[in-house]
Amino acid sequence: MSIDLQTVKKIASLSRISVTDAEAEAMVPELNNILGWVEQLGEVDVTGVQPMTAVIPNHQRLRDDVVTDGDVRDKVLANAPQAEHGFFAVPKVIE
Amino acid sequence: MTDLTDLTVAEIRDGFRAGDFSAREVAEGFNANVAAAKALNAFIVETPEKALEAADAADKAKASGETLGQLAGVPIGMKDLFCTQGVQTTAASHMLEGFVPTYESTVSGKLWAAGAGMLGKLNLDQFAMGSSNETSYFGDVISPWRRNDGGNASLAPGGSSGGSSSAISARLCPAATGTDTGGSIRQPAAFTGISGIKPTYGRCSRWGVVAFASSLDQAGPMARTVRDNAILLEVMSGFDPKDSTSLDLAVPQWEANLSSDLKGKKVGIPKEYRPDGLNAEISAMWDRGIEWLKDAGAEVVEVSLPHTKYALPTYYIIAPAEASSNLARYDGVRYGQRDLPDGAGLQDMYAATRALGFGPEVKRRIMVGTYVLSAGFYDAYYTQAQKVRALIARDFEQAFEKCDLMLTPTAPSASFALGEKQADPLAMYLNDVFTVPASLAGLPAMAVPGGLDSAGLPIGLQIIGKALDEQTVLNAALAIEERAGFSARPDKWW
Repeated sequence: MSIDLQTVKKIASLSRISVTDAEAEAMVPELNNILGWVEQLGEVDVTGVQPMTAVIPNHQRLRDDVVTDGDVRDKVLANAPQAEHGFFAVPKVIE
Repeated sequence: MTDLTDLTVAEIRDGFRAGDFSAREVAEGFNANVAAAKALNAFIVETPEKALEAADAADKAKASGETLGQLAGVPIGMKDLFCTQGVQTTAASHMLEGFVPTYESTVSGKLWAAGAGMLGKLNLDQFAMGSSNETSYFGDVISPWRRNDGGNASLAPGGSSGGSSSAISARLCPAATGTDTGGSIRQPAAFTGISGIKPTYGRCSRWGVVAFASSLDQAGPMARTVRDNAILLEVMSGFDPKDSTSLDLAVPQWEANLSSDLKGKKVGIPKEYRPDGLNAEISAMWDRGIEWLKDAGAEVVEVSLPHTKYALPTYYIIAPAEASSNLARYDGVRYGQRDLPDGAGLQDMYAATRALGFGPEVKRRIMVGTYVLSAGFYDAYYTQAQKVRALIARDFEQAFEKCDLMLTPTAPSASFALGEKQADPLAMYLNDVFTVPASLAGLPAMAVPGGLDSAGLPIGLQIIGKALDEQTVLNAALAIEERAGFSARPDKWW
């Protein structure tokens, strides 16, 4: 299974990374090399094997349902590229 | 008088307590070395004032007879992947340039609470993705080591913790933090002739560490000696309710229990780690390591890890998949860079911001991850990789029924020249062939220097232990350290 220019552009779009045509073209052989190499996993017999979900056995903890933080609006906004009136500001989404 | 910057963490700690020197003298010594080593590009931000502040606090505490923290008087370097309150944290990316966290990562916070001071934020591969420290937005880190052929080719300090490894081997700091996703502590340690341990997954909190691949990322120390690693790891480890994968276990007294007597221990030698064409000097070093462990009283047995050849392709599905998800947070809205072309809408802003903020290797991995998780391919790639990962972990479980630890090479070669492997991403990925399997299985693993190759460059050995058995890993590394007597250091050219 090899990927073409259209697929690379689709992946870039799904990844929300804008790419020029030249960049996308350069990525076609690169991604094909990597994906072609990882495809060897297909030859491993995994009959009856459960996909791994946790490397070290651990239990999920529950904590008391109480507020443990908050009231830090200004800290949360401190690194925003654009913050206005105590909110994150973004370009207009709805016309 | 002894140069204080030649001392180990243990020697600084003990000498400071004994009154042989002040913490301020130590901090000033390292600050001067950092300031004089710009050519290595090991630091993204230098914080001499932080180092002095902690040193003065330590001197004052000592003068007034207060209880001293375990690392009082010891300045260290902090990999720029750990969020540090009030000090820029970039993950060596343009995306986070100018990001100043309003909180402290758990691991760095524990180190400061123990009295350590910060010399600065250490350079790394961008978002910890790389094996040579050539993907940093802030430039390549240069290894202080050079080949003995009279040339002055700039060599790779390894990656991703290349700032840490370069700074420690050049005596810019006695120890530093690293993080290890597929070998990012161990391979740079091997390349620069120092030690570093990746503990069992879950020992060190990931809270406040810029995330790459969350099921693999682990913090750990890097330093010149095994004892120093034990000292730092004790401080860095421990349960943290803010990390859902943190292990709720007491932290063992690794330093107090160090012992290089390996009587009764069985060392497994995985036969799949000796492929045809393994570098002859790496192979010879491995044989020497086997003899050293036998000399320390251990019995050596051959073991098999049949799925070893699938570890790297498994890693290069799982790590990019997790990265594509983790790095979705960089959207130009909450922190970091924003690129808003004229008239752009929200979606265009995301795409422009991410095109601007991420380097080529980061983009490559996000896109590979996006592809393997996309509809129609998820089962063939991602689910299959998670199943093979289970088989790799099972290989280790079965092998550890026959042995207590394993000895392997750390990297397939000594350090290479910058630029040498950059053209082919796959060739770079192959550098992690010996380190990735233990990462996939969450096991503790440590790099320790063994000697120099014929080009005069350090080569290392790797110890892999059972889950939670860092003590045996440290003890075996100590046995090698005592027998290897590695004292080589790079000649100062910077």
